[in-house]
Amino acid sequence: MDFNFYLSTMWSVLKALPLTLEIWFFGIAFGLVIATGLTWLRASDYKLGEYFTRAYVFIFRGSPLLVQLYLIYFGLSQFDFVRHSPILWPILRDPMYCTIVAMALNTAAYESEIFRGALRAVPVGQIEAAKAFGMSAFTRFRLVTLPIALRLALPAYSTEIILMTKATALASVVTIMEMMGTAQKIQHDTFRPIEVLTCAGVIYLLLNLSIARIFAWVEYRLSPHLRPPPEQRQQIKPVPEVL
Amino acid sequence: MSANVAAAAKAAPSSGETPAISVKDLRKCFGDHEVLKGISLEAHKGDVISILGSSGSGKSTMLRCINLLETPDSGEVRVDGELIKMKRSRDGHQMPADIRQVERIRANLAMVFQSFNLWSHMTVLENLVAAPTHVLKRPRAECLEQAEALLKRVGIWERRNYFPPHMSGGQQQRAAIARALAMNPKVMLFDEPTSALDPELVGEVLRVMRSLAEEGRTMLVVTHEMSFARDVSSKVMFLHKGEVDSVGEPKEMFARPPTPQFKQFIANFNK
Repeated sequence: MDFNFYLSTMWSVLKALPLTLEIWFFGIAFGLVIATGLTWLRASDYKLGEYFTRAYVFIFRGSPLLVQLYLIYFGLSQFDFVRHSPILWPILRDPMYCTIVAMALNTAAYESEIFRGALRAVPVGQIEAAKAFGMSAFTRFRLVTLPIALRLALPAYSTEIILMTKATALASVVTIMEMMGTAQKIQHDTFRPIEVLTCAGVIYLLLNLSIARIFAWVEYRLSPHLRPPPEQRQQIKPVPEVL
Repeated sequence: MSANVAAAAKAAPSSGETPAISVKDLRKCFGDHEVLKGISLEAHKGDVISILGSSGSGKSTMLRCINLLETPDSGEVRVDGELIKMKRSRDGHQMPADIRQVERIRANLAMVFQSFNLWSHMTVLENLVAAPTHVLKRPRAECLEQAEALLKRVGIWERRNYFPPHMSGGQQQRAAIARALAMNPKVMLFDEPTSALDPELVGEVLRVMRSLAEEGRTMLVVTHEMSFARDVSSKVMFLHKGEVDSVGEPKEMFARPPTPQFKQFIANFNK
């Protein structure tokens, strides 16, 4: 086993980690903003809003992210008005921006569905209690609906974030040298796919492990009411004593 | 409506004092089913009115129409003389004209639910402080102090930092009553407060409610607890198929049921 080759590959791929994280961060950040808007549209009483969000989810959840990315990066630049637009062109000619846009649009579809489900799962009685105590719609949402819905959404949301981490690898197909792009270049140069791809895979694994741990910690902190009460906590042993 | 209602109305004190709650000719349909067929009710300060009736008689719906958790189709509700303003929506349904007014009135009408409906992500103490600080805008320190006193009163101060799912039904309902008291409400609405409890837990909740009645609180209580209706309340109202069947003094009503329906109803309970 060529230990030095592993080390140098690991180092080269790790140097691309910041770029991967950059795509990841902006993708999920903008995605969250769009998803919030979509959820709000869906929850409002406007029929048009409901149709729009349904169509949006149908399109962006139903087609591969790779297709969406290609359409945005290669497809949109075919249109003259895109190339001549002072706002669109600076964004759509840059592969980095295109990846972020594709990821944000794609994840927003999934997230809006996650949020919609979480909002619907908030117990009606607790919202009614908030109404009965004279809380305004906004106060009700802030104090009762949102905190409960967030806890309900968290497990599915963390899965979506992990899917997005892996999706950043697609950026390599539009010339971005993030971790996957870098790994592929080394692979082409050295013809040693096993070593190179193992390195990349291990880094992705560790990255997702930390993300999962962070979400698990947040979930734990946010749901003391779903754990057993204090005096029962010692009584419940994770493993039965007599085996 | 029977003759008893008119008699009871005549017997009511006509001191000219504004009733705490006054409901006139309340009607409500769910689809084709008419749940309330013109209900009227007057509660004066200090009244404890037990609202009885078999399931489907409209008693919970009536209570929920008072604080607009259900919107009545017609009829008027006044709280402390103030009429809750209604308007017609485009599709002909009645709806509150001024949601701010409704919120202000709701803050004066604390409600206790059958299934407690405590906010499960907040500790008991936070449950008691949430509405007074955010709705009544009272200082948090003052609310906390009052909350602790109320929890001592209902006997669950030791559980103040517990989350509702960690407590028994009886404790949760007592916490819910304390939460209602924390609003210093003018009228308390109880929607079958003991119906979801195990039989051995009913007593502790009834004791708290009895002490509230004794200190002169105005209460509307939808209940199946005949002993509470007979011994604690100042007035009993019996609903039958969406109408007021009979109203009267509890002792009198139970001793000499004024209508065959009410007689049948209490006979079923004594079985």
